[in-house]
Amino acid sequence: MDWFWLVPALPLAGFLVLFVTEGKLPDKVVAFVGAGSVGMAALVALGVGWQFVASGQSSFSLPLWTWIAVGDFTPSITLYLDSLSLVMTGVITGVGFLIHLYATGYMWQDHEEPKGYSRFFAYMNLFVFAMLMLVLGDNLLTLFLGWEGVGLCSYLLIGFYHRDPANGYAARKAFVVTRVGDTLMALGLFLLFWEFKTLEVQAILADADSLTPGMATGIGLLLLGGAVGKSAQVPLQTWLPDAMAGPTPVSALIHAATMVTAGVYLIARMQDVYLLSADAQHVVAVVGLVTLLISSFTALTQTDIKRILAYSTMSQIGYMFMALGVGAWSAAIFHLMTHAFFKALLFLASGSVILALHHEQDIFKMGGLWKKLPIPFWSMAIGSAALVALPLTSGFASKDAILLTAYDNGGWLYWGGGALAAGMTALYTTRMMIVTFFGQAKTEPHDDSKANMWLPLVVLGILSIGGGWFGIAVLDDLLGPIGPLDHFTPLALVTIAVPILGVLVGWVVFSGRVNVSAVVESGLGNGLRRYWHGGWGFDWVYDRVFVKPFVAMARINKNDVVDLVFRIAAALARGLHYVGALTQTGRLRWYAANLGLGLVLVLLIVLEVL
Amino acid sequence: MAIEVPVFHVLILAGILFLLGLAGVLVRRNIMFLLMSLEVMMNAAGLAFIAAGAVWGQPDGQIMFMFILALAAAEVAVALGIVLQISRRFDTLDIDAASDFNG
Amino acid sequence: MTLDLVLFWIPGAVAIGATVAVITRKNASRALIYLVVSLLAVAVIFFMLGAPFAAALEVVVYAGAIVVLFLFVVMMLNLGRSSVMRESRWLQPGMWIGPFILVAILAVVFAYAFASVDGVDTKGEMVGPRAVGEALFGEGPYLLAVELAGFLLLAALVGAYHLGRRYLEERRELS
Repeated sequence: MDWFWLVPALPLAGFLVLFVTEGKLPDKVVAFVGAGSVGMAALVALGVGWQFVASGQSSFSLPLWTWIAVGDFTPSITLYLDSLSLVMTGVITGVGFLIHLYATGYMWQDHEEPKGYSRFFAYMNLFVFAMLMLVLGDNLLTLFLGWEGVGLCSYLLIGFYHRDPANGYAARKAFVVTRVGDTLMALGLFLLFWEFKTLEVQAILADADSLTPGMATGIGLLLLGGAVGKSAQVPLQTWLPDAMAGPTPVSALIHAATMVTAGVYLIARMQDVYLLSADAQHVVAVVGLVTLLISSFTALTQTDIKRILAYSTMSQIGYMFMALGVGAWSAAIFHLMTHAFFKALLFLASGSVILALHHEQDIFKMGGLWKKLPIPFWSMAIGSAALVALPLTSGFASKDAILLTAYDNGGWLYWGGGALAAGMTALYTTRMMIVTFFGQAKTEPHDDSKANMWLPLVVLGILSIGGGWFGIAVLDDLLGPIGPLDHFTPLALVTIAVPILGVLVGWVVFSGRVNVSAVVESGLGNGLRRYWHGGWGFDWVYDRVFVKPFVAMARINKNDVVDLVFRIAAALARGLHYVGALTQTGRLRWYAANLGLGLVLVLLIVLEVL
Repeated sequence: MAIEVPVFHVLILAGILFLLGLAGVLVRRNIMFLLMSLEVMMNAAGLAFIAAGAVWGQPDGQIMFMFILALAAAEVAVALGIVLQISRRFDTLDIDAASDFNG
Repeated sequence: MTLDLVLFWIPGAVAIGATVAVITRKNASRALIYLVVSLLAVAVIFFMLGAPFAAALEVVVYAGAIVVLFLFVVMMLNLGRSSVMRESRWLQPGMWIGPFILVAILAVVFAYAFASVDGVDTKGEMVGPRAVGEALFGEGPYLLAVELAGFLLLAALVGAYHLGRRYLEERRELS
């Protein structure tokens, strides 16, 4: 297990190689370095994980070096492995490798500039490194470093196609909005340091009981702020749909499988703090529930396939937050893992479709693709089944665990909201599948994907189905009991039935067997549709409340009032300079005479004559 | 072994040498003489340090003298380089001619 | 004590006289010779004050190296009879008035300042090179200053090289 440090080091090395060579490497070598480094990291992680599980230890830490030493404050760079970070590492390196492999094919045809291929993989490797530091760091400072690192990579990759200013805008939006959350999180870290005089996670958790309830609530809410920003939950969710401007593998890796789940990881990691504050936990659950409902309704009205998936990501993370809020820690992490499988699968499959249709993302311009694009279609179908939580898929296992625990710990409200959203999920997923793959063919797809693109789809498809069994078999041991898995109570049966019902309704409605256009086209229907389509007006409100006033203030203050003070100082200095310049005659002996006079003066002062 | 004199006398001698050097700096227009006068002034300062060291019987005065020596050597090396430049560009050694340097 | 004073003021008078000559001579080479005399006289005083190492340095570095450097430049600039004539033109008696007033004021201030140490005698001990070296390079406070002096000399070396090289190159271009 001493090789453990290789896991983050390999992607970092990959990044450094690609960064230093500045795109001078041939693209094939770039693909080898970019995907290979993550693949090797995944292998090492697998080996380490095997050893870790076999050794039966509950945690393992590998100190690398001391970062800085300031008095008592000596944060070290230490890798910390326990079941939680092991699961996260597995997801990041495993799913990350598959996505990298896919991207070697996807980006091959899809970079605008000569060096784009290398740049893309440099950012991706850096992202994997930062994400690993986030989950493996044993103190919150390392976590925060990784946290900001993934934010940076997210920014760079959303704006990857930087020739279109709209993409740059989307990247900036993601960066600024998450920065709001990060500021809250930094404040939370300051409070933690204030209370515990250390940022080491285990030390804090061991000592968490010493917190007053008020302090625990404050810290919990501030950390939640960071988590909400990173994981695109209400009210900081607006950046995620726009983040789809990045290349599709980026959406799969960063904005579905890993980075957006960092918030879930953070809260799960700090669970002992949350356990001290019922209020904070409650807020976490409500945030999850609200996000889950809002985004699943929004997804129903979207037409861009990637935006549908983005909203569905938000709602799935909403499930995880709800699970965290009601105390179903293991279920949340379980869902995180299965979600990483099936959402990465969905994104990659949609990427194949998009590529085959020459960058067409509007589902209403697709149709009838299922015969022409069999691998993407079947992948998408498996992913959708898991997303919808049809029985025997991985999504079913994890979502059921969440809903049933939510009922046990939280009551009807959480279960009802979750079940409603599950129905909506079934509805919009069915809509997406039917509109995209069935009906009339509107375009001629052009699929020339090679093994490096379909192999990840197949593997992720298998994981999307089988991941649930793995979860129940292994995670139950590792993380603790995932949840009530008795599927034969009335409530459980209803929970199973809702998504199936949703799929049926969706099939009936969207395949045109029942004409609902009268409802949709009515005034109320139209209004609702437009309201939902705009993401429930959050962007509109933020634009009015924050962006416009800020821009207006910036315009009023164009001449910078604060700067006036400094300009006065500058003018004063300039005036003095003119006066001083008068004495600069350039005559050396004149200077010497003045020096002599000055010497007289100084001596007189020193001798206390003056 | 060494003489015992009131340090007042030594300082007076150092002061006289210093002031003579200063007078030289102020009066002479030729850069060469100016630099020589500067050497005299520094030497005078060194004498004052040696005198102080002799009062206490400690090596510190001599050490300070050595630093002055290093300073003088550095100064002369650079200053003479500048003298060469000035004589080459202005074809004179008049320090007032070099006031074109200003600005 | 009185004998010591007499012993002290013999080289002292030599130093003062030679220095006066340095600042009044019109011929640069002669002024340099007087400067050497002045420095040697001061070196004798150093020796008498119990600083043999400083006296040796004064002779070797000041009178030896630095003045020789001056001599080189004087020879390079070829300061001959015309420059002596020019010096006489520059050295008008009226020029002495201003500096004399300043120097007189300073002299009064110096005298006043030195009066405070009246009654303090030099110790009359020899402080040899060994003591100097130990204080300079040992566990004393001077290590940093030694490093800084090294830097200063290096900078001077580079600066002198730079200035001198430009001089030569430009001359080559012109010829």
